[in-house]
Amino acid sequence: MARFSFFGEGLPGIDLEELKGKLIVLEGTDGVGRSTHIGLLKQWLENNGHAVLDTGMARSALAGKAIREAKEGHTMGSATMSLFYATDFADRLENEMIPALRAGFIVLTDRYIFSLMARVIVRGADPEWIKDVYGFALKPDAVFYLRANIDDLVTRVIQNAGFDYWESGMDLHLGEDMYDSFVEYQRRLLKEFDKMVESHGFQAVDASRSIEEVFGDLKDRVTPLLKPDKGSVSGDTKG
Amino acid sequence: MSARMKMYGKHRFPGRLFIVEGIDGSGKSTQLSLLHKWLESEGYVVSSSEWNSSPLVRDVTRRGKKKEMLTPMTFSLIHATDFAERTEHQITPPLKASAVVLADRYIYTAFARDVARGVHPEWVRGLYGFAVKPTVAFYFRVPLDVAMKRILGGRDALKFYEAGMDLDLSDDIEESFRIFQGRIVEEYEKMVEEFGLVAIDATLSIEEQQAQMRQIVTEALTGTKKTRVRRWLDLASLAKGSRE
Repeated sequence: MARFSFFGEGLPGIDLEELKGKLIVLEGTDGVGRSTHIGLLKQWLENNGHAVLDTGMARSALAGKAIREAKEGHTMGSATMSLFYATDFADRLENEMIPALRAGFIVLTDRYIFSLMARVIVRGADPEWIKDVYGFALKPDAVFYLRANIDDLVTRVIQNAGFDYWESGMDLHLGEDMYDSFVEYQRRLLKEFDKMVESHGFQAVDASRSIEEVFGDLKDRVTPLLKPDKGSVSGDTKG
Repeated sequence: MSARMKMYGKHRFPGRLFIVEGIDGSGKSTQLSLLHKWLESEGYVVSSSEWNSSPLVRDVTRRGKKKEMLTPMTFSLIHATDFAERTEHQITPPLKASAVVLADRYIYTAFARDVARGVHPEWVRGLYGFAVKPTVAFYFRVPLDVAMKRILGGRDALKFYEAGMDLDLSDDIEESFRIFQGRIVEEYEKMVEEFGLVAIDATLSIEEQQAQMRQIVTEALTGTKKTRVRRWLDLASLAKGSRE
């Protein structure tokens, strides 16, 4: 029995039995500290002798650069954006994640299909449509959802790079300025993520705490996944 | 698009959308171009959208093909992305403005090619769920041998993906092309009924095919405004007048 399964119809020509590694996802809204914790987890896992592949949005050889260029223009419609990211995701899934899983790596991914679905749904897409599009994705072993409230997010965003056009949902015309728009857009995203905690078995991690505390919590949750012969815990978070 | 995304068959636009489908060498582009000129001479505002032409996306597709980086899945998704961009910028806005939109290849091209590559038929139909349903979809039906002769006779070398070389059907590119296009024809034939494609016999003369198309298009245009602004010297209608 293969450990992995697809959300829907799946990818043509993939033998799931061959996938031996672990697929671990960090999800959460913008500015919640995902990339910091991916970096820390990677170092910790490698120190403990695990081979790690880390990946994230718009990093594919095929479409990564074009997505970043398209975002500069601010003309991308929501269907275009969602499918551009789906192309990027499929390229990384087939050419990075699956080969790494086949080779027994731990794949750490900064966001997965959940962020991509949430972004499209708040832009008015039919939730069933985008769910079916991502039917080719693998179900991960675990999804850690870094959760913080809007006030924490705003503070972090200002401290870091400032408000970004797309992270503020400026294409949706939600507010008078980037601050108003950011707050409303992120509030809508949080609502979608919160729905997925139950529907997709996310493990919610309180990200309003210090980096040390959050990382300690993540290590405790990742450790049981590393035992040999441990089956998929996706959708079975009580186990 | 902050309004809710509407799905196939649910859009209500005052314009009209006519599309042509068929394998390479079926003559569909010639027919569409004749239709375009005629519609303009009749006073309609006409705009057109070609497969694989989105300014944001086409370079990615081109590079992916050139470097042979595409799997059946990413081939499918990058074409859907291109189509989405054109739907949002080239197809929907003119339809809202009561124009006639013409498309050389449409979602049925993707259904035929992607399924011929092993992509799940239901999945790819769902992927294009946001597409506007055409007013009329013409399918230019041509025997494979006729199309092959037209193509191999006078054009550049066959390309890797259009010949289905990614599928390991044959080491010989012409043979691979023949097998792959054969599969695509099978998919088109299945879709004639599924999507109500209007089949045109592409072995008829160019004039006969065009006459059939114009008749069907004329019926479908009932109630469409001729919104083009007429200037005092209208070259298109002069050309039309001189013919009569």
